[in-house]
Amino acid sequence: MSISDRVIAIIAEQAVLEPSDVSPDSTLEDLGIDSLGLVESIFAIEEEFDISIPFNANEPTQSDFDISNVAAIIAGIEKLVSEKA
Amino acid sequence: MKRVVITGAGTINALGHSVPETLEAMREGRCGIAELEFRDVERLAIRIGGQVRGFEAEGRFNRQQMSLYDRFTQFTLTAAKEAITQSGLEFHGELSAKSGVVLGTAGGGVSTWDENYRSVYEEGKNRVHPFVVPKLMNNAAASHVSMEHNLKGPSFTVSTACASSNHAMAQAFAMVRSGMAPVMITGGSESMLCFGGVKAWEGLRVMSKDACRPFSANRNGMVQGEGAGIFVFEEYEHAKKRGAEILCEVSGFAMSSDASDIVMPSKQGAARAMAGALADARIDPGEVGYINAHGTGTAANDKTECAAVADVFGRHADSLMISSTKSMHGHLIGGTGAVELLACIMALRDGVIAPTIGYEEPDPECALDVVPNVAREAKVEVALSNAFAFGGLNAVLALRRV
Repeated sequence: MSISDRVIAIIAEQAVLEPSDVSPDSTLEDLGIDSLGLVESIFAIEEEFDISIPFNANEPTQSDFDISNVAAIIAGIEKLVSEKA
Repeated sequence: MKRVVITGAGTINALGHSVPETLEAMREGRCGIAELEFRDVERLAIRIGGQVRGFEAEGRFNRQQMSLYDRFTQFTLTAAKEAITQSGLEFHGELSAKSGVVLGTAGGGVSTWDENYRSVYEEGKNRVHPFVVPKLMNNAAASHVSMEHNLKGPSFTVSTACASSNHAMAQAFAMVRSGMAPVMITGGSESMLCFGGVKAWEGLRVMSKDACRPFSANRNGMVQGEGAGIFVFEEYEHAKKRGAEILCEVSGFAMSSDASDIVMPSKQGAARAMAGALADARIDPGEVGYINAHGTGTAANDKTECAAVADVFGRHADSLMISSTKSMHGHLIGGTGAVELLACIMALRDGVIAPTIGYEEPDPECALDVVPNVAREAKVEVALSNAFAFGGLNAVLALRRV
């Protein structure tokens, strides 16, 4: 599975949706993921890829990590994974 | 209904090892938050906290006591000794039979759990010290205070996360007010600053890596602290008859439950607790001069708390002072309301309002007088102490100058 598919699978599980229901331009809000769901998703992604995501729930928009939609999250993770390699 | 007064106070926290040291630091707006020092700290992303420094159990406690006292119990006993000594009370006969201890803690003996899990899981040992259970249990501190000071009345421990001490003190107050007990020892203690304790909090991603800046627009989370605050709550006539020094009166309380979210605070729940405490104490909102805020420095708490204050106090919200001393001593979790009660006593008795330090940028969502950075002199007749816990459990105390 590609990074993109793996991230979508995690987000879909959190949102209790099928991966096919998660599109790149979906926002977390669209998918019904609240702040707790977001923190859980980030944890699951970190575990999946063995990376650390710079994210503070107090300033979600100010973190270096862009969570504005699914595509932005995937791009951020691809960058962190490539930096790790 | 009896009147209830505070006739003794004790503490140990990142600002000092006693009440005078702590109040001096609050007056000076000193920060007790610094780099954490303990085993494996380099594996943490969050490495700051309000840690108690220069407190060595060796020398204070004997070998037998050391094997039974977790750090949260050590803090409790140290603060209880200061409080009971100040009150001048000795517990014998009927006073001993009726007086008890109600304390708050969220985690109890966290470092005892941590050390022993490390020993059996990481180091593969198959045997632990025989006193692990009596050392880590949440009621250990309350039990040791009862044993040390001969308190034979009702004693127990309350655990409501960050509101534990306020719930405990409210309960102790209710017991003295009802005439059930002439004196109650109350307050709370926490000691979670060990690898496992901080790692658990780190997971929630609400911790700041650099500072606790309550109400400031650039706040970025909470900072943990540790320590204890212990008080002697005494029936007013009992205190007066023996000529005790009265620090302030406890005049009412309220508890409420948000019944909504396990971590997100609710404006309605907080407002109901504040309004309820005023009603219980028969205090007009306009009499309140100071609120010791829950003020954790998280985005969610501070704006919700300020909105709740505005709801309860209306236009008077703009004339009262509200500060968060967590900016100085950190968030003592289950012990936090107890240490913060000291700021209320300082406001009522000494006319000094503890500041919110680390305040850098106004936040339109927290547009109240937060006593930024510098302590202030002001005469205050009534103070409130807020605590709003994870789980949506709130407890607010109302205190009055005597």
